[in-house]
Amino acid sequence: MTYPEKIVQPILEIKNLTVCYGERIALKNISLNILPGETLAVIGPNGAGKTTLVKSLSGVLHPKSGSAHIRGQDVYQISPTKRAKTLAVVPQARNLPESFSVWQTVLIGRTPYLGWLGQTDPRDIERTRWALSRTGMLDFAERRIGELSGGEQQRVLLARALAQDTPVLLLDEPTAHLDLRHQSLVLNLVRELALEQQLAVMMVLHDLNLVALFADRVALLVEGELRALGTPIEVITPSRLMEAYEVPLQVIPHPTNGTPFIFPGGQKLN
Amino acid sequence: MNNRPYWITFLLLLAALVLSAANGAVFISPATLLQMLASKLPGVSMHPDWPKAFEVILFQIRLPHTALVALTGAALAASGGAYQGLFRNPLADPYLIGVAAGAGLGAVLAMVLREQGRLTGLYGVPLAAFIGAVLTVGVVYLLAYRHNTETTTTLILAGVAVSSFATALTSYLMLRSQGELRRSMAWLFGGATLNGWEPVVAATPYILLGSGILLTTGHALNVLQFGEEQAGQLGLSVRKAKSLIIFSASLATAAAVAFTGIIGFIGLIIPHVVRILWGPDYRRLLPLSLLGGASALLLADLLARLLLAPQELPVGIITSLAGAPFFLWILWRNRKKI
Repeated sequence: MTYPEKIVQPILEIKNLTVCYGERIALKNISLNILPGETLAVIGPNGAGKTTLVKSLSGVLHPKSGSAHIRGQDVYQISPTKRAKTLAVVPQARNLPESFSVWQTVLIGRTPYLGWLGQTDPRDIERTRWALSRTGMLDFAERRIGELSGGEQQRVLLARALAQDTPVLLLDEPTAHLDLRHQSLVLNLVRELALEQQLAVMMVLHDLNLVALFADRVALLVEGELRALGTPIEVITPSRLMEAYEVPLQVIPHPTNGTPFIFPGGQKLN
Repeated sequence: MNNRPYWITFLLLLAALVLSAANGAVFISPATLLQMLASKLPGVSMHPDWPKAFEVILFQIRLPHTALVALTGAALAASGGAYQGLFRNPLADPYLIGVAAGAGLGAVLAMVLREQGRLTGLYGVPLAAFIGAVLTVGVVYLLAYRHNTETTTTLILAGVAVSSFATALTSYLMLRSQGELRRSMAWLFGGATLNGWEPVVAATPYILLGSGILLTTGHALNVLQFGEEQAGQLGLSVRKAKSLIIFSASLATAAAVAFTGIIGFIGLIIPHVVRILWGPDYRRLLPLSLLGGASALLLADLLARLLLAPQELPVGIITSLAGAPFFLWILWRNRKKI
């Protein structure tokens, strides 16, 4: 099949990105693009460089070589403020200031648009309200962060990232501490927003079954290298996964929608 | 935004100012006090119906003392609030993290030099205290955050170590020196032994500059509560914000310490009370701590002057007596997180 050339420009373009911690190479020559409305999942064993990728795109780490562009702008040549207007990170809900209200937390997403003193204008208030209502957290606006459940806190952080009003959204294990219901709630929301707002979404996920259900494409990282990039069906195969994770496992079609369904295939210990 | 907290702390400060100026060995009634102040206004001519000694007591002793204590309390509480936000730690306080001791060392060093005739006037003292304060906060920060472990224990232990070291050097300098300085050991406990307007004039620019800059950092401190990594991802220039906060908080602390000695716990208690009463937003917390700190130290100072009158206690003794139990209470309240 042939595609018409360049009808859709990618929002995020990563080229030959190499990141080191001192001598150790954490990411080797990574190149990938994300299109508007697309959700890319980054998978791989612990220490493969998934979080490093998020950190190096969000300016926490600087790459040794290579480049990353968002809508043509070099991520490493712009100020933190400007970067925060193009790329928002949804971290794991940990170590949050518990006494902050939900409203105050989401409003902090407007930081790149506010002055040094944090003075707001009506647009900031409007966007904050929209982000809260879009994540279903408007009724919680007056509550304190510490009073919320893990799933609610995760949605507040998603709302904060939406308040940042960026074309790119990076999520670092957004479902790490959530139960089944909240896992799909959060991921459904992310996918919906990606399509509706035409965002480029990159999310680090550990649960391969969630990846198969919620990602358009999958990037498999092993030891800092990009081993595979493609649709879930292309990437989530027994041979690739066994090589990457070094455990026996089985992949069968999901009973209702045919996406890959993974379960560990070792022997049960008695 | 609700303005009531500002009114409450402002009225409290006015009351504390009047009480401080009125009370002492000689009581001057607030009515007389106001008349005396009014008589100094340009264009007001008033027949004085108060004893002549009142003039000296009020304008040469009480007012400069009151002003110095108020400025000190404001500086300590505002910088305490800022350090708590910067370290993301409810126990950070200029005294507990050793900044006050570092400033004290700097100040005493300058005083020794002054005694030897190598420095003149009071103006070098706050500068030396500032250098001492910045050096200490740097050392404590490096010790406590070297491995990115943000635990209260390491912060407080680093503060204790650095503080003991600085205090030991300070005591050594004081004991070795002769004359005036040797007798001013009470200064270490926060006895405002300096009199007259000179220390007020010397301290004011530092405290105004330090607190003024500090008041602009409220939003940055709010963002920093999510940790430095997230703060950077939210578009804050983390290094710039941190430097500005350390600079201004240390400047305010240093000026306070240079002229009134080491006064503990005001920087711990006041921001805490403000946080409990009116929430954690640093844009409000800093100005409210400033006003509250001035009032609290004025009242503590009043107690120190009246408790064993005619003898005056160093005000640091009062704040420590009130502050240490408060410190333990916070430890107990946060025991799960520490």
